Amino acid sequence: MAELLQFVFSGLTVGAIYALVALGFTLIYKASDIINFAQGEFVMLGGMTTVFAMLAGVSLPLAALIAIIVTTAIGLALHRFAIEPARGASPVALIMITIGASIFLRGIAQIIFDRRFHSLPSLFGDDPIKFGGAAILPQSLVVLASAIVIVTLLWLFIDRTLLGKAVIATSANRLAARLIGVDTRRIVDLSFAVSAAIGAIAGVLITPIALTSYDVGTLLALKGFAAVMLGGLGSALGAVVGGLLIGLFEALDAGYLSSNYKDAIAFLIILIVLISIPRGLFGRAKIERV
Amino acid sequence: MKALHRFGATTVVTLLGLFIAAHQASAQIKIGAVLSVTGPASFLGDPEKRTLEIYVDEINAKGGVNGQKLQLVVYDDAGSADNARTFATRLVEEDKIVAMVGGSTTGSTLAMIPVFEDAKIPFISLAGAIQIIQPVHPWVFKTPHTDRMACEKIFADLKTRNLTTVALISGTDAFGKSMRDQCIAVAPNAGINIAIEESYGPRDSDMTPQLTNIRNKAGVLAVVNPGFGQGPAIVTRNYRQLGITLPLYQSHGVASKQFIELAGPAAEGVRLPAAALLIADKLPASDPQKPVVVNYSRTYQEKTGQAVSTFGGHAYDGLMILVQAMQRAKSADTAKVRDEIERTKGYIGTGGIVNMSPTDHMGLDLSAFHMLEIKGGDWTLVPGT
Repeated sequence: MAELLQFVFSGLTVGAIYALVALGFTLIYKASDIINFAQGEFVMLGGMTTVFAMLAGVSLPLAALIAIIVTTAIGLALHRFAIEPARGASPVALIMITIGASIFLRGIAQIIFDRRFHSLPSLFGDDPIKFGGAAILPQSLVVLASAIVIVTLLWLFIDRTLLGKAVIATSANRLAARLIGVDTRRIVDLSFAVSAAIGAIAGVLITPIALTSYDVGTLLALKGFAAVMLGGLGSALGAVVGGLLIGLFEALDAGYLSSNYKDAIAFLIILIVLISIPRGLFGRAKIERV
Repeated sequence: MKALHRFGATTVVTLLGLFIAAHQASAQIKIGAVLSVTGPASFLGDPEKRTLEIYVDEINAKGGVNGQKLQLVVYDDAGSADNARTFATRLVEEDKIVAMVGGSTTGSTLAMIPVFEDAKIPFISLAGAIQIIQPVHPWVFKTPHTDRMACEKIFADLKTRNLTTVALISGTDAFGKSMRDQCIAVAPNAGINIAIEESYGPRDSDMTPQLTNIRNKAGVLAVVNPGFGQGPAIVTRNYRQLGITLPLYQSHGVASKQFIELAGPAAEGVRLPAAALLIADKLPASDPQKPVVVNYSRTYQEKTGQAVSTFGGHAYDGLMILVQAMQRAKSADTAKVRDEIERTKGYIGTGGIVNMSPTDHMGLDLSAFHMLEIKGGDWTLVPGT
């Protein structure tokens, strides 16, 4: 029993990381139908900038703030200088641009920062919390709690504010949104900025557990994307549930079967879910939203 | 027509190369190097290239070898074995080198072996795998210790502590896999019983499920973790998180200050085998390697402003073994140099004391490794190893 509990704790730890990364995909997709494959690089930039700001002598909260501001600015720049000039292009072409941006950011990071692995201090220390014979790090709970807070804020923003309605309007029909007075360019700007900020926050919070280096983004984006697909594109709640489920699958596989098949089995389950529910667990058809 | 053009161009270039080579032959000894200076293996190739350049300059400043200056020709394979083979052919056919120091990775080395075997040019590789020297190729040597030796060193330490039933948890990356295979191969001879085996992906961020299985396995007395990169640091943290108190052994793959930084207080008490170079200042004054490793560390740090790595040390050893062989041969004749490299005895390098023979083209024994224990956030030498 203690064994199963430990596997679940591990799954929650890893799952919360995936969930936090997955949340970053949501808003950009909601506003512009683009799946931003540079999202993993936002996470990397959040972690690495904090690490290097701290090496320069800045305290952790201030370093994290700097990292979030820098990453948000890069997210805005990505939209203004790479996505916006190509706005007439098909979504596939735009997705290609984000892949290019991710390679570019990784290359720059490797020159500006370095190629080593780095860690950050945990917010509440490294003493594990013992429960029923299993142990979980306080930082894992911080990541989990942050994911829940961000989902709530996103939901409040989208469903309860006028600006949130404007995001949905932009996503549903850009021309119609503009006709009723929505500055759609600003809205997509906003979605990139907020997604980048969510990515940076994720980077700061998961680095104490998962460590960081210039190239962590690729795999995180892949796992985050899988979580989003499982949960349903555009659904913040889906992103979190999808992330936690994938984390749990992986941990149970690693515990009961072999970690060699961990990724394969996780993706197999995703395939099965997507074949039976193509929109993902919480995805809604567009037509219902309008 | 196009083919004819290409033929013409190649001939001109080759003739030009021959002309330049003939012109310089009287004054210079050409040494080739194909290194992974950029790309994923640049952490190997970059310090290797810098080391070769620093020491070739130093040797030339002192008058060269046998009155002739050394000329170093370096190509960057960017981590690709295909490129390495192309450059190896170019070194042989166009640059007309007399010897080769390099091949940063096992992959590029294995790709280049046939080229140098055919051309009968001595080739000192800087890569790790035991396949490079087993079976023995007459013209191929290597300077780094092997994974197998790291396993044997760990197992010897386990044996003296009477911890003969162990668990193995390894990364599924190239380094972790290769070392795991070697550990499993040498375990029976070393009298070690591997009771349970677990693995993790090179990018995994939590290994508590695997470690829980190890903790619940009856009879396990110690845990060995062959791995590279950030995985072993996370394993070490999770180990303490679960409150496992069995002795934990890491590999030479994480023998750097970075591991202690990443694993933090959890690294306390971890043991691992490491080459003398990393603990230059910790070695007792009586250690024969002490002057060599201290000198090399100081020179490298002064010239590059970077901390030493064992990889640069492998390049230092390769160049020095070659230079000493040419001095003993009193010539740069490839066959004579090869024979003298094979006769290297008692060469004290950064990687250990090298005694080569016709059946051993590496020449290192287990004394090349020192067993370290992490205490108070720093390395300490385990007495008697």
